[in-house]
Amino acid sequence: MSNHNGKESLQAKLEKNIFAMYLFMALAVSLAGIVQIVPLFTNPDTVKQTAQAADGSTQQLTWQRKEGQTLQDWKAGDGVRPHTALELAGRDIYQREGCFLCHSQMIRPFRDENERYGHYSLAVESQYDHPFQWGSKRTGPDLARVGGKYSDEWHILHLRHPQALVPESVMPKYKFLDNAIVDGDKIAVHMKGLSKVGVPYTDADIAGASETVTGKTEMDAMVAYLQVLGTMIKFENGTTYRE
Amino acid sequence: MNLSEKYDMTVVKWFTIMSSVYLVAGTFFGVYIASELAFPYLNDLGTDLPYFQFGRLRPLHTNTVIFAFGGSALMAAAFYIVQRTNQVRLWSNKMAWFTFWSWNTVIVLAIVTLPLGLTQSKEYAELEWPIDILIALSWSSYLYNFIMTIHMRDKNKVPHVYVANWFFMGMMVMVTYLHVVNNLSIPVDWFKSYSIFSGVQDAMIQWWWGHNAVGFFLTAGFLGMMYYFVPKQAQRPVYSYRLSIIHFWALMFGYVWLGAHHLQYTALPDWAGSLGATISLAMIIPSWGGALNGILTLSGAWDRLREDYILRFLIMSLAFYAMSTFEGPVMAAKNVNALSHYTDWTIGHVHSGALGWNIMVAAGSLYHMIERIYNVKLNQKLLAAHFWIHTVGAVTYIIAMWVSGIMQGLMWRAYDEYGTLAYTFAESVAAMHPYYVMRAAGGVLVFTGAVIMLINIVSTIRRANAAQPANA
Repeated sequence: MSNHNGKESLQAKLEKNIFAMYLFMALAVSLAGIVQIVPLFTNPDTVKQTAQAADGSTQQLTWQRKEGQTLQDWKAGDGVRPHTALELAGRDIYQREGCFLCHSQMIRPFRDENERYGHYSLAVESQYDHPFQWGSKRTGPDLARVGGKYSDEWHILHLRHPQALVPESVMPKYKFLDNAIVDGDKIAVHMKGLSKVGVPYTDADIAGASETVTGKTEMDAMVAYLQVLGTMIKFENGTTYRE
Repeated sequence: MNLSEKYDMTVVKWFTIMSSVYLVAGTFFGVYIASELAFPYLNDLGTDLPYFQFGRLRPLHTNTVIFAFGGSALMAAAFYIVQRTNQVRLWSNKMAWFTFWSWNTVIVLAIVTLPLGLTQSKEYAELEWPIDILIALSWSSYLYNFIMTIHMRDKNKVPHVYVANWFFMGMMVMVTYLHVVNNLSIPVDWFKSYSIFSGVQDAMIQWWWGHNAVGFFLTAGFLGMMYYFVPKQAQRPVYSYRLSIIHFWALMFGYVWLGAHHLQYTALPDWAGSLGATISLAMIIPSWGGALNGILTLSGAWDRLREDYILRFLIMSLAFYAMSTFEGPVMAAKNVNALSHYTDWTIGHVHSGALGWNIMVAAGSLYHMIERIYNVKLNQKLLAAHFWIHTVGAVTYIIAMWVSGIMQGLMWRAYDEYGTLAYTFAESVAAMHPYYVMRAAGGVLVFTGAVIMLINIVSTIRRANAAQPANA
């Protein structure tokens, strides 16, 4: 189509040259990614590593592991750390069973959510989550801070037969987790893979992985994973965690 | 000379047939998992097996509907339209068959691996890395063949590339880009990998993919169908050429930003979520422009709706498109999103797009292609039955999810007179039961419609083949 002055418009040129149109399309669809996604990698504020306490002191949000310390030396509240071998096995099962399809792991900063689920989630808490497990739907409740809320026994009974404990529940039964044993060598390979994409596992963590999960069932792994969720950071009153 | 002699139509036929087969399968899985939420016993049917559980079958439902049904419909339509509008055969018929077989292999692998629990656990990108590589190859062959076919046209006879082709091409380009980036992962064995991204960045990239699987795969590509089949079926030119240019470029540029509206109030930096929400609001302009462009194409030919059920499918799909592209920006607004996020409202919104827009525009397009390729009339009674059963099913589904979604959101945030939370989570689950039953019933109607469509297509093809054995 021509303009009134007879000069051919850019649109008309593109309609005649499919490769030029291809380039313009590629450009049009790239802009958003450049503006919206690239800064998430370059701006250090995206995943804040520290929080400012009321008295002016700084709280480190990631576990400051000292030379020679193992994952077992970590105590709840010490800060975000990579999952232990058993927890990782549990996380693999969480992914495999599609738990994230019905359970979110992302508490929003609303009063009702904070009362129901706990402190709102921080970016740093999922910094080692490949892939993220925030979810998009709450057919069941949020699990971001389910760790420590119930006993191990409760979780085992609930996973075997959810309706026995929560009659209204529509959750499937996970009794079969009792029958499978965690493969320690496989978990070591998974940890090695994760260390390649930036999860700070030490060689000792990986070497010792197989031993720490010997004889554990998938049920044990699942419970270990659930019990650590949301317990890594100790939230202090008066500290600013998000502006 | 009929179409099958002039163009490469056999591959188009098979994509058309497979698309309607996969619609039956995909809606069946949908009905099943919807019923599981209403009746949890269906998760294991008294066995101790994981294979039929919601967590494993839900990705099977989404993958079958989006990629098997939607993908096959897109491939059928693109290969049909690119030949008709450029008046040239496919650049490579062989490559189109490669696309056909590789795409169907992907689907078979999905149907096998997903119930086995082999998943990347990224929504709509669950398939593990070897299948992702096959998808990339299949998709590239589709893209390359499409562009080369346009390039090979006689530029004196067809100087300008028709608008439907732009939409298909834009979709192909963006989906390639999204698929590759979102699936970057480190394999740890043949069927397990971890995303190279983590946390916030992974979430943003996942929803950049997730929203554009909707925005490009299910919108731009299906708009390509709309821009060809609506004018063809109505036998009128597209209402406004200028509007289609605006619709196209605004969609290409704008849709890509919207992923962040899935992550509002999360740990994603606020600026990114707000940016996503703002552009989401603006997207209503091109979306409605496009819907009007399609609907107004009927100006002066409205009476055709009275007897033409294929046209009814196409026009009804545009009504749903307009409705869900209005609903989308509303839900992206931050204060609405605070309520709607994590609820069934999202599921309702997706299905007003999927059932109302995608299935209806694809059904109209597939029916149109069958009539043209085989030079026959489809069974009008079955067409009418499909149209009404599907419409009632879709509306039932959407209403059920609106009510349950908004109710969930309100129950979760409700406080009693003492200032404590009024409902436990379990109470909100119990309150959903009637709506989950209603949703499953709507799904049964949609599934029934899909079966009627398959019967109509297959019996019509058999009738045509019997009448003209030479054209088989």
